[in-house]
Amino acid sequence: MEYRQHRLKNGLNILAECNPQAYTSAFGFFVRTGARDETSEISGVSHFLEHMVFKGTPNRSAAQVNLELDEMGSSSNARTGEESTIYHAAVLPEFQGQVVELLSDIMRPSLRVDDFETEKQVIIEEIKMYDDQPPYGGYERMMSEFFGKHPLGQSVLGTVESVSGLTPESMMSYFEERYSPSNICFAGAGKIDFDKLVEDLEKHCGEWTPFSPKRSTQTADYQSGFVSMHKPNSHQQYILQMAAGPASSQEIRFATAVLCSIIGDDSGSRLYWEFLDSGLAESAGMGGYDYQGSGAIMTFICCSPDQAQENLSRLAKLQQSIRKDGITQKELNLAKRKIASHIVLASERTNSRMFSIGSQWLSEESFKTVAEIAAIYESITLDQIHEAIESYPLDQNMTVTVGPCENLVAPD
Amino acid sequence: MEQQIFHHTYANGITLVAQPMPWLESAAFSIAVPAGCRYDATSQRGIANFVCEMVQRGCGDLNSREYIETLESLGVDYSSSASLYNTNFGGAMQAAQLHDALRVYADVLQRPTFPEEQLEDGRLVCFQEIAALRDDLAQRALQRLRLNFYGAIDGRNCEGTLETVQSITLDEIKDFYDRHYRPNGLIIACAGKLDFDSLQAHVGELFQDWQPKPEPVVASEPSRHGIEHIEHESEQTHIAIAYPGVPYSHENYYLNRGAIGVLSGGMSSRLFTEVREKRGLCYTVFASCHTLKDKGAVLCYSGTTNERAQETLDVIIEELQKMALGIKEDELRRLKVQVKSGMIMQQESCRGRAGSIAGDWFHLGRVRTLDEVNEKINELTVESINEYLAANPPKSFDIVTLGPQPLEYEANGISATQA
Repeated sequence: MEYRQHRLKNGLNILAECNPQAYTSAFGFFVRTGARDETSEISGVSHFLEHMVFKGTPNRSAAQVNLELDEMGSSSNARTGEESTIYHAAVLPEFQGQVVELLSDIMRPSLRVDDFETEKQVIIEEIKMYDDQPPYGGYERMMSEFFGKHPLGQSVLGTVESVSGLTPESMMSYFEERYSPSNICFAGAGKIDFDKLVEDLEKHCGEWTPFSPKRSTQTADYQSGFVSMHKPNSHQQYILQMAAGPASSQEIRFATAVLCSIIGDDSGSRLYWEFLDSGLAESAGMGGYDYQGSGAIMTFICCSPDQAQENLSRLAKLQQSIRKDGITQKELNLAKRKIASHIVLASERTNSRMFSIGSQWLSEESFKTVAEIAAIYESITLDQIHEAIESYPLDQNMTVTVGPCENLVAPD
Repeated sequence: MEQQIFHHTYANGITLVAQPMPWLESAAFSIAVPAGCRYDATSQRGIANFVCEMVQRGCGDLNSREYIETLESLGVDYSSSASLYNTNFGGAMQAAQLHDALRVYADVLQRPTFPEEQLEDGRLVCFQEIAALRDDLAQRALQRLRLNFYGAIDGRNCEGTLETVQSITLDEIKDFYDRHYRPNGLIIACAGKLDFDSLQAHVGELFQDWQPKPEPVVASEPSRHGIEHIEHESEQTHIAIAYPGVPYSHENYYLNRGAIGVLSGGMSSRLFTEVREKRGLCYTVFASCHTLKDKGAVLCYSGTTNERAQETLDVIIEELQKMALGIKEDELRRLKVQVKSGMIMQQESCRGRAGSIAGDWFHLGRVRTLDEVNEKINELTVESINEYLAANPPKSFDIVTLGPQPLEYEANGISATQA
C-alpha cells in the first residue's frame, strides 16, 4: 500500500492509495461545491449540474457517455450534498486510462438545451419521488430550521419551482464560479499506475483555467425549537432532531463519532435498548453531520403515531440522563470494538477507500491511513467522550416531526 | 483469480460451504435455516419472522442483552431476516473472531430459551416491521405484484398482518421452532480469511448432536394473474410489472439473465435509455430477474408523476414486447463486460460472497465458481439469446399500479380495467 499525491500547475489535486494486490480500481472527482454555495434563485443547481455532467461534452453525446461507461463494465455514479459533488467510477485495472479520460472529459460538460430540458423532467421526478418517501421532506425542513439563514440550511434538490426556473446559462455561470481545478480533487484507490495517472490527468485537465471560488465557512447560529409537519396519509410518525456537533476539521469529531455509536448505533446502543429492543419504534439512530465550519448531530426515530408523544419524552429523559450520568467504560469498549471491526471491513472495499481519501480532502483534512484512523479511535478515552457530551448537549435541539399526528408537543 | 470452494455435509444433514479469501483480513458467515415464511400456517402468517426475532432474545446461557453484547464484543456486524424458504442469519467481522461468532449462533439455532417476558417486546418489533412497509409505496406495489404473480404461498411477504401476528402464542412459536429449525437442509456458508479444515472441525463440534427432523411439504397456491390498481393519494404513480422468467437452476437462466441485462443492466440499457434518458419520464426504472426454487419472474418497476404515468407504462410495455425481436451484438458485448466486472468486484466483499455461495447451494446444491460463470457468460451469443427470446417473448404481463388513478392497459385486446 502506497500513498501518492501530486498537484497540477493549475491546482488540481491528485491523491491515490495504490495497492498492487487489489483486483479493482476506483476513481472519483471530488468538487468542493454543493447546496451551501447556491443562492435561492438557483436552488438545486449543484445537483442538476451533477446530472448534466453525464449529458455529454463537445467530444461526446449523452448516449456515448453512457455507452462507454457500460463498455468498461464500470460501476459509476455521482452524488451531491450540502458542500460536495462527487463523480466516481470503479473499474477493472485494465480500464484505468479509459475511465480517467472519460471522467476528465465529462467534467467540462456542454449543457445542451435539449438535454437540459429532458433532464429537468428527471430532476422533477426525483423531487416527487422523495415527496412520496419518508420522512416526506422532513430532512430538508430540519436543515432549514436548524441552520436558519446559514447556507447549510439550503436544500440540495431545490424545489420544482426553482429547478423549473434554471437555464443552461445560469447553470454555466454557476459552473464557471465553482469548478476551478483548485477546487477539485481527483482521488483513486486500488490497483493504480500512479505515474500514468498523473500523466493522463495532466493531458486531459492541465488546460483547465484556475480561479478562486469563495465559500463562507462561518459557524452557523444553530436554532432550537419544535416543528410539526402534518402528513395525513403517512402511517408512521417520523421524528428528526438536530443538535450542534463538531465541524469536519475539529479533533473532537472522533470522540463524537464514538459517542454517536454508543447512543445511536443500530444495534446495542442506548437508543437500541430504549426503543428498538422494546418495539417502541421501528427505527432509531443517531449520527454526525460534519461540514466546514459547522456540524450537527441528528437523531432519528420512526414509530407508530400513538407512541410518538411518549417516545419524545423518553428521548428527552435519555438525553438528560446521559448528560447527568455520562456513559460507562464498558459501553466505550464495546463501541470501540465495533468501530474497529467496521474499519477493517470498509478498508477492504476499493470504493470505500477512494471515498475516504476524497472526503478527507474535501474537509481540508490532512490524509490519514486506515491504520492511523483506527489508532485514533482506539485511543479515545472516557474523558474525551464526556467532553463531547458537554460540548454538544443533545437536549438543546431543533425537532421536526412528520406524520399523521396533529398535536405533538415538545416534551417538558 | 483463483477461487476455491470447499464443502462438507455432516451426518445430520448440515452443509458447510466455504470460500477462503486469503487476501482479506475479514470473514463472514451466512446461515440459511429451512424455516422460511412459506411454512407459516395461514392463520399464523408472520410466525417465521416472529420466531427469528425470539430465538435471539435468549439462547444457551445468554439472555437477550448478553447475546447482543457478546456479538458486539466480537465486533460482529450481524443481521437476520426471514425469507420465503429460509430464515437467514449473517455476520461479518475480523477473521480471528469467526469461530467464536459461530459458537453464539450454535446457541441461537439449537438452544433458544424463549423467555416469556420477551414475548410482547418481540411482538411489537414484528408490528413495527409491518408498519414500516406501509409507508414504502414502491415496495407495496412490488409486494402486491409478487403475491398476484406467485400466488398466496410463494408470493407472500414474511411480515404477516397485524391480526395474525397479534394472535400468535408462545406455544405456537415453540412449536414452529421445533418443527422447522433442523439440521437437515441447513446451510452454513463462510467466506473470507479462513482455514477450511479447522472450520469444518469447529462446525462439526458445535452442531453434531443436533438430530434431523422430517422435511415439511407445503403446496403452492394458484396465481391471480391480471391487473390491479391500489388507490393512494401520492405524488407519483408506482408501476410494477411481472411476466414469467426462469429460476436460477434452469438451463436457460443465463439466456434470460443476458436478455434482462440488455433491457436494464446499465446506463446504456434499453429501459434507462428509452424511459429516462430520451423522455425524462422518471428517476427510477428497472427490470430484474427474480427467482424461486422452481419458478422465476422478471419484475419491472418505475415511479413517475401521475400525469406521465400512462406514457411511462406504455413505453415500458413497448420495450418489453420489443425484446421478442432480439438483441444486438454491441448490447451483448457491453453486457458481458459488465457481468464479469461485477463478479470480480464482488470478490472484495466476504459478506457478499458468503451470501451468494449460500444462495447457490440452496438453489443448485453446489456453488458456481467464477470460472464456471465466466464460461456461461462467454458462451452467450446473440443467436442463442434471440432464439430464447423468440421462443419466450415477454407477454402475459401482471401489473400493479399504486397511485391516485388507474392506468389503461390493453392485453390481447382486452381492456385492462375489465381484466
